[in-house]
Amino acid sequence: MDTKTTRRGFLTAGAGLVLALTLPMGRGRAQGVVAAGSEAAPFAPNAFVRIGTDDLVTVMIKHLEMGQGSYTGLSTLVAEELEASWSQMRAEGAPANDELYANTYLGTQLTGGSTGLGNSYIQMRKAGATAREMLVAAAAAEWGVPASEITVKDGVISHAASSKSSGFGALADAAAKQPVPADPAIKDPKDFKLIGTMLPRLDSAAKSNGSAEFTMDVYREGMQTVVVAHPPKFGATVASYDDSAALAIKGVVMVRQISFGVAVYATNTFAALQGRNALKIVWDDSKAETRSTAQIFEEYSAAAATAHTEGFVVESDGDIASIDGAAKILEAEYRLPFLAHAPLEPLDAVIEWKGNKVEMWYGSQTPGFDRIKASEVMGIPLDDVTINVLFAGGSFGRRSPGSSHITAEACEIAKAAGGEGVYKLLWTREDDIKGGYYRPMAVHKMRAGLDADGKIVGWDNSIATPSLFTGTPLEGGMVKDGIDGGSFEGSAELPYAFGSRRVSWKGMPKTVPVMWWRAVGHSHTGYAVECFLDELFAESGTDPMQGRIDLLKPEETRVRGVLEKVKEMSGWTGSVRDGKGYGVAYARSFGTYVAEVAEVENRDGHPFVTRVWCAVDCGVPVSPDVIIAQMEGSIGFGLSAALHSQITLKEGGEVEQANFYNYPLLRISEMPAVEVAIIPSTEMPTGVGEPGVSPVAPAVGNAWRALTGQKRYQLPFSLGEKA
Amino acid sequence: MASFTVNGRDYNLDIDPETPLLWVLRDELHLTGTKFGCGVSQCGACTVMLDGMPRRACVTPVSMVEGSAITTIEGVESREAKALQAAWAALDVPQCGWCQSGQILSAAALLQEKPKPTDEDIDHAMAGNLCRCATYVRIRKAIHEAAKTLEG
Repeated sequence: MDTKTTRRGFLTAGAGLVLALTLPMGRGRAQGVVAAGSEAAPFAPNAFVRIGTDDLVTVMIKHLEMGQGSYTGLSTLVAEELEASWSQMRAEGAPANDELYANTYLGTQLTGGSTGLGNSYIQMRKAGATAREMLVAAAAAEWGVPASEITVKDGVISHAASSKSSGFGALADAAAKQPVPADPAIKDPKDFKLIGTMLPRLDSAAKSNGSAEFTMDVYREGMQTVVVAHPPKFGATVASYDDSAALAIKGVVMVRQISFGVAVYATNTFAALQGRNALKIVWDDSKAETRSTAQIFEEYSAAAATAHTEGFVVESDGDIASIDGAAKILEAEYRLPFLAHAPLEPLDAVIEWKGNKVEMWYGSQTPGFDRIKASEVMGIPLDDVTINVLFAGGSFGRRSPGSSHITAEACEIAKAAGGEGVYKLLWTREDDIKGGYYRPMAVHKMRAGLDADGKIVGWDNSIATPSLFTGTPLEGGMVKDGIDGGSFEGSAELPYAFGSRRVSWKGMPKTVPVMWWRAVGHSHTGYAVECFLDELFAESGTDPMQGRIDLLKPEETRVRGVLEKVKEMSGWTGSVRDGKGYGVAYARSFGTYVAEVAEVENRDGHPFVTRVWCAVDCGVPVSPDVIIAQMEGSIGFGLSAALHSQITLKEGGEVEQANFYNYPLLRISEMPAVEVAIIPSTEMPTGVGEPGVSPVAPAVGNAWRALTGQKRYQLPFSLGEKA
Repeated sequence: MASFTVNGRDYNLDIDPETPLLWVLRDELHLTGTKFGCGVSQCGACTVMLDGMPRRACVTPVSMVEGSAITTIEGVESREAKALQAAWAALDVPQCGWCQSGQILSAAALLQEKPKPTDEDIDHAMAGNLCRCATYVRIRKAIHEAAKTLEG
């Protein structure tokens, strides 16, 4: 059987396709399962829906559940078209399988770019509609009535004229024998019953009683725990090592050198950690990055100044020289630091090497790429690699490194052990904070001109930051002629009608591994753009809220919508009121529009954020409560970075931070009250995992400048002088 | 030999006395609801109840719990904890979920001490429990909600 069917093909193909692929459905101990449906699910009309004789409907979720609500959102889409009752819905993480579970926008099984809901919107509804049509056909055959007279509601299939009715389970066997409809009808959105309503999440109970299973919770028979001593400088390698003290520790089984460092294998975690501490390693720093981040910033600053000649002009409109003749010229330079994602579950993976096949268990945003990587490292065919995707204790992008380095590290550990075995690779918090793959540093040089009336006549934004996608499997799709949009998104394609405009970007060398961090490019461009715009408004005495609204291009109705809404919600009267500062900022990221207002107090000379209002337009709001939760969380996440976070390298190249005592995260005592409004919409749904992040830092920066007059050109705010 | 009870069950383990309680619970007893987040008492994900008081298991050597009664998220049965778990689910507090065992146990200790906490009480008592997803708005709300149901 040809398994390389098109995405549309497998949906419309016969049920036999699923059976023939022998999906890895084994659920010995439930992994990433939320009270999964019946073990015996006779009705599996496609790769996404399983219906058991117990009436439970289990949706195979192709996107990693890392907190963003994919289990709930995708199950809602299925339940809507299946006409199921929400209480009968269950969800389970789908294993790595690009043929079945690819992201329809990206062609590989990938959770990222806030695409999870959008790319699944039609696919999951069709999957549910397929199951419904087959259940109806089975009922029609069994009852001897026309299918057209059968209705389905709240998980009950009924025929009014004959007073016959049935749950899904009783018809599951018969439905499995029905032909799969070629193109099942999906609803007109006006008939939605579940989409757009406040449904409870499917994973809340399991995540409140300790039963939800994450990677680190996997304990398999004979499993060894492995920690790796990674080089203290980026690009360094092992010159030599002495493992005699490590091997003397009870519980340490062996020590092996792998390309990532020196791996210590032990029968338990404590022994592994002690063993690693006891290693004596001589590192070869000859190829290491040994500069400090202060020195790297100087390089970036110089590069930003010449980005329009030495890099790429990525957007241009009108004659930028018009700034030179402006009545007033403003300039600023913004510096944004390296940031660690710091998911609260540190990176980890469990791997079992069976001599010629490998099976892995972990939370991955990129199971498609990881499977290829595992096949390469182990030297086995792709079909002999099984990856079970579990819940992730946070990720924020971190579990999607283009290099699949965690997968590779786990595979090298299994290979270096020299025989069959099961291993859990565990990164400690220090491994995580010091381990690279950061949100890159960025420097933005801003220059703008105002005419005598205070109108903006030119806007010039020059950026120095590394390319994110170059050298990753996504390069082909994301980098065009050397230009990586992920590096300057949020600086280009602005909704504002500036006079002349130029955006330039210089891609900096990646001597420290960097990658996408929640909100990707917007995480740094948002701060520079929205803070500098506010400075221009302040210079001309323009209200920053009305100024933004008035500056919008006429076609930007959705931007206008979120700004008008947040203005209303926050009771906007201006930038300062009763001794508090108010700042507004906006972003369109990943297709979603968000405007936020922050209320800021001066506490001991530093900003303290008391309230945030947020208006979001993400198209059809499929799961409103998940959207609200993502905005609340994104605001806290963005604020954490704005107030506290930076990774720095000291001279010599070592990372100065190690754990939460010097890479502090936002605590509950710093969390503002948050009010979220969702703009009603019939547009295609877009993502909500990231778009709430980028506006909060500039909203706070703008409020702070209005309140104190102090401009913060470098994040985090904790670096600034007291005001 | 280390002797203690966990969730009402007696254990006698032949184990390095320096082993942190966290790894004993996880590696030896497979009680995986208690989470590892930092290893240095900075995040609270490993919070357990030790003789009725919240304690960070990651910095508690097993030698320190000799003869003690430990309660983990799997075994917590106090009225406060049950009310909190119900409020957590009803308000959909968790996102990724990694920190929530620790949050709930810290909140249970708070409610035992202060049945009607203010926002300030909550911020003070819960400041040692990090949530990287920043579910803090709902944690506050759920603690108030649990306090209300316990009152009734």
